Amino acid sequence: MIEIEQLHFRYPRSDFHLQIEHLSVGSDGQAEKVAVVGPSGSGKTTLLNLIAGIVTPESGTIRVGDQNVDTMSDAQRRDFRSAKIGMVFQRFELVEYLNVLDNILLPFAINDSLGLESQNQNAAQLAKKLADSVGLQSKLRRRPNQLSQGEQQRVAICRALVTNPQLILADEPTGNLDPKNKRLILDLIFQQSEARNQTLIVVTHDTGILDGFDRVIDFDQFYVDGTRLQTAGDEVSS
Amino acid sequence: MKQAFKLAWKYIVYHKFKSLILVACVFLTALLPIAMQILLSQFNQKIVARADQTPAVVGARGSSLDLTLNAIHFKSGSAEPIKYAQVADLRERGAARAIPIHAVFTAQNYSVVGTTLEYFEFRDLTLARGTSFAMLGECVIGSKLAGSLQIDVGDYIISDRDNVLNLAGQAPLRLNVVGVLNESRSPDDFAVFVDVKTAWVIQGLGHGHQDLSDEDDQGGKVLSRTEDKIVASAAVESYIAITPENMESFHFHGDTAEFPITSIIAIADDEKSETILEGKYSDDPTLQFTKPSDDVRELMSLVFRVKRFFDANAILIAISTAMLLLLVLMLSLRLRAREMETMFKLGCSRGRILQLQLAEILIIVGVAAGLLCLAVWGLAIVSGDWVESILVNR
Repeated sequence: MIEIEQLHFRYPRSDFHLQIEHLSVGSDGQAEKVAVVGPSGSGKTTLLNLIAGIVTPESGTIRVGDQNVDTMSDAQRRDFRSAKIGMVFQRFELVEYLNVLDNILLPFAINDSLGLESQNQNAAQLAKKLADSVGLQSKLRRRPNQLSQGEQQRVAICRALVTNPQLILADEPTGNLDPKNKRLILDLIFQQSEARNQTLIVVTHDTGILDGFDRVIDFDQFYVDGTRLQTAGDEVSS
Repeated sequence: MKQAFKLAWKYIVYHKFKSLILVACVFLTALLPIAMQILLSQFNQKIVARADQTPAVVGARGSSLDLTLNAIHFKSGSAEPIKYAQVADLRERGAARAIPIHAVFTAQNYSVVGTTLEYFEFRDLTLARGTSFAMLGECVIGSKLAGSLQIDVGDYIISDRDNVLNLAGQAPLRLNVVGVLNESRSPDDFAVFVDVKTAWVIQGLGHGHQDLSDEDDQGGKVLSRTEDKIVASAAVESYIAITPENMESFHFHGDTAEFPITSIIAIADDEKSETILEGKYSDDPTLQFTKPSDDVRELMSLVFRVKRFFDANAILIAISTAMLLLLVLMLSLRLRAREMETMFKLGCSRGRILQLQLAEILIIVGVAAGLLCLAVWGLAIVSGDWVESILVNR
């Protein structure tokens, strides 16, 4: 699913440097649930941004499915992001002036390539179905400030899933939640991504939620699944 | 773009108060110069049209503009009176028609215009109901005045005292309404027309009182009596209404040719006669001959010159409002940076984000423009009457 080779990335006017010799997530049509852990500033979020095409590497290749993200134009990367990737953020990042339904449908409203005009009815139905599956069916007309934190993150998960992407990238999705909600949200993400056979990459600080992931990539120890990246052939350094 | 407008509309509706302030800023900034332009244009149109319908005016030397405004808009202003004999004199000097105007007094704040029946013919004024004035104390009123004061034929209107503190001043006179004019969309709609002699009665130059010719003492009202003169005391009752019963008692002291009027509308047979007439007055030390169209155009040219300062002011206000809106937009963008970043991460192009901002501005400006259209439409409807009413004494 994701193949990263010889990747070098550096932010302009910054000492930060991320280098990945080889990293592979999911294969042979098999979805995988991967946790990325490590200290702040180690490059976890940058890795997600690189996979999503939000930032581009200095060199190296990033393949998602059969597409080379690093060689795409800006417009292609946007369309790729809209269609193939669902993103979940730590602070939910819901749009305050839109209600639950409109927030879930936001990816369609902001990117014409998803074709909301022609699929309006289908998209709305799918959004309602998703909201129903996460227990928000009675709160479709509410605005984010009328929801609890857990409910807001559920809306964000629905927004990530509504385009039926191949890959879910979640950046600290439980970072702003209480312990009870952490488990509920994580289970929800697992359940939804498994139901759609979607590869899931979750960046987290919280080592207490790593149960249930197929693999853990540790940016601090440069280990993947307890094996040193270099010896496993996967190398991540920063 | 449709989606951008939908999102922008939702943002605007959510931030109602902020959006309303922005709409109000744009609306008020644009309304002021537009409203001024409309009112001034209406004012110009009406005052020039009225002046163009009045070929020439004769009156006392002094401000020709005051004279013109007295003759065509019945503004008493500072127009000095001239003798009624000048009407005959004007005819002798070659005018085909000379119509006296006595516009000094008011009745319930509407101008009382003393004139002759010729005035109605000259202005093409026709009666909606009733008859023209024929006797002392009768009046014909304009249609707007009739509507405004809810009076009609058979009712009466009382002239205003010139000074309520002066008990020795002339008493108000009850004017019987005998006719109501059709609407002419001119100052005539707001005037009370009386015969010039009635105007003199209001002025106190003519009056009526109880008959003192009886040899009886009349209860001490007669102070002295000779063959040709009766001196009466202040106890003698003066009439404040002219009725068929007391009309005979009304009389003028002195020669009416010496009585005052404020202006004369002069109508010559042709342009040549008018020029000759103008020449005859050019050297007159007490009288002037003026063309209202020239006076009014000069006035309006001054008004339009002054308006340029207001236009410049409006432009400066518009620029400062635009800069303020830009500042609000920039601060709003800063506040919404996370929202924009999220949209970008979800696949929104920078161009679409720009479209969103543009759509918000267009909606704000569009709503303001819509309100402006409504305001301009409303103003266009009421401005005609409004301008007419400020052109007359009220």
